Amino acid sequence: MIDRKDVEHVARLTRLALTEAELERMREELNSILAHLDTLRAVSTEGIEPTSHAVDIVNVMREDEIAPCLPQASVLANAPDLSGEFFRVPRIIEE
Amino acid sequence: MHQPIHALTDAYRRGDLTPTAVAEDYLARISALDGKVGAYLTVVREQALAAARESELRWRAGTPRGPLDGAPVALKDVLCTAGVRTTAGSKMLERFVPPYDATTVERLRAAGAVVLGKTNMDEFAMGSSTEHSAFHPTRNPWDLARVPGGSSGGSAAAVAGGLAAGSYGSDTGGSIRQPAAFCGVVGMKPTYGRVSRYGLIALASSLDQIGPFAQDVTDTALLLAAVAGYDRRDATSIQAPVPDYAAELSKGVAGLTLGLPDEYFIDGMDPDVERAVRQAIEVLKGLGARIERVSLPTTQHSLAAYYVILPAEASSNLARYDGVKYGLRIAGRDLIEMQSRTRAAGFGAEVKRRIMLGTYALSAGYYDAYYGKAQSVRTLVRREFAAAFARVDLIVAPTTPNVAFKHGEKEDPLSMYLNDVFTIPGNLSGIPGVSVPCGFNASGLPIGLQMLGRPLDEARVLRAAYAYEQATTWRSRRPDLS
Repeated sequence: MIDRKDVEHVARLTRLALTEAELERMREELNSILAHLDTLRAVSTEGIEPTSHAVDIVNVMREDEIAPCLPQASVLANAPDLSGEFFRVPRIIEE
Repeated sequence: MHQPIHALTDAYRRGDLTPTAVAEDYLARISALDGKVGAYLTVVREQALAAARESELRWRAGTPRGPLDGAPVALKDVLCTAGVRTTAGSKMLERFVPPYDATTVERLRAAGAVVLGKTNMDEFAMGSSTEHSAFHPTRNPWDLARVPGGSSGGSAAAVAGGLAAGSYGSDTGGSIRQPAAFCGVVGMKPTYGRVSRYGLIALASSLDQIGPFAQDVTDTALLLAAVAGYDRRDATSIQAPVPDYAAELSKGVAGLTLGLPDEYFIDGMDPDVERAVRQAIEVLKGLGARIERVSLPTTQHSLAAYYVILPAEASSNLARYDGVKYGLRIAGRDLIEMQSRTRAAGFGAEVKRRIMLGTYALSAGYYDAYYGKAQSVRTLVRREFAAAFARVDLIVAPTTPNVAFKHGEKEDPLSMYLNDVFTIPGNLSGIPGVSVPCGFNASGLPIGLQMLGRPLDEARVLRAAYAYEQATTWRSRRPDLS
């Protein structure tokens, strides 16, 4: 069972400003879903390697070549706030 | 004009129809009927007509680019289209205009296909009903009170309703096969890595795969072949040649062994679905296939494993929506407040739920119990499929336990998740699967037959689906939207 504090902690970790009502609903729903996920405990996986990926491809390497990339202006066109060619964000460092 | 793509291009070749006339007809149908269905989020009328005119010149000159030249298709709004907004069904990306085309889109344009527009979906592909779109729900053309399935519900409904000749979606846990079954069309999830995911807005990167919806199996083969194959921009794309799927279709099922998994006929499934699927198996037997029972015991744990892996990967992928580089931003006093408000306003309830669930499952102290465990269960699922495929060529099963449900019927998240119980194992193991129409229930709602194959064995999956389709007449029935 996860409690209200756990839910608030996870919401903070994942940067979601949830309302009081959302936090409470989330607690109920997550507990109900986790109860189902806990059925996995019944599966014996002793010595079974995990699968992270369904095809057997590992460490795909390529030459580090210079190639055309997207024009800067077309990428910056979607930015919510710009200063010249930079993304602008609220102040992070105290004055 | 409402006919499969291969019939349209035959008519272009003969000069009986032109790509422009067909594109105009589809655009007119969309204007007249999509108000009822809600399959589209964006229609690109002028672009479509321009592409159709160019295709027409090629056909007239006798130089078409191939079997999709002049084919009017729709794209799930999770595939990036240069200069055309791509929302993923979310307020977060309501005004996002990608600076590039997804590889799939690039290949379709090169093949001469005519893109009609972008289709509706559950937000960030999280859902099984297309009710979780931030914009509007999509309705099932067979019964407007019912859902088309999801998350690629708009793409399935567009093909079923004659609002596109073919379409593309993405399948992470059944999001192509389940809506194909609900809407009475063919839908295919290829092998993981068969189609490049470059330009596909990511949900769960170890599971996501792009695939087609079509009016019949022949079109499915053509639509898949056009987009399949290695792409250096997707490191998970497989370096294997793409067979000529359409050329293999008529080889039949005589001599093939089809596996029937005990675990795919469960308590609580719709008896009409079970009856239709068992009848389909008799048809395949009559065509010369051998049927063998197989056992996939970890099927019952696949759903739980999936609902650990998917939210975990999704919570990580969706961390990029932070109000900085693109997408929505809601102002805040500092960076954290800006990001937390942006994400609270930009994401819908189901997306928030899965991000929370995934973040919890990956958080300190829980990783081994949830994510590590689920990945080991995934190994068991893969091993069981591999053992089954050592004995049988294909596995045949229902696509879903039930037919399309009513809007608002599945309010509880878990009951919604249960819809994908027969499609999820295919994603966990990365194998290819198709859903092909296999009948209707008593109220006239479509039922889907699922065929699963060995990795990269799409040709045999399609060949069996084609043999079944040609022996039946389900595809002649169409919903009436007028």
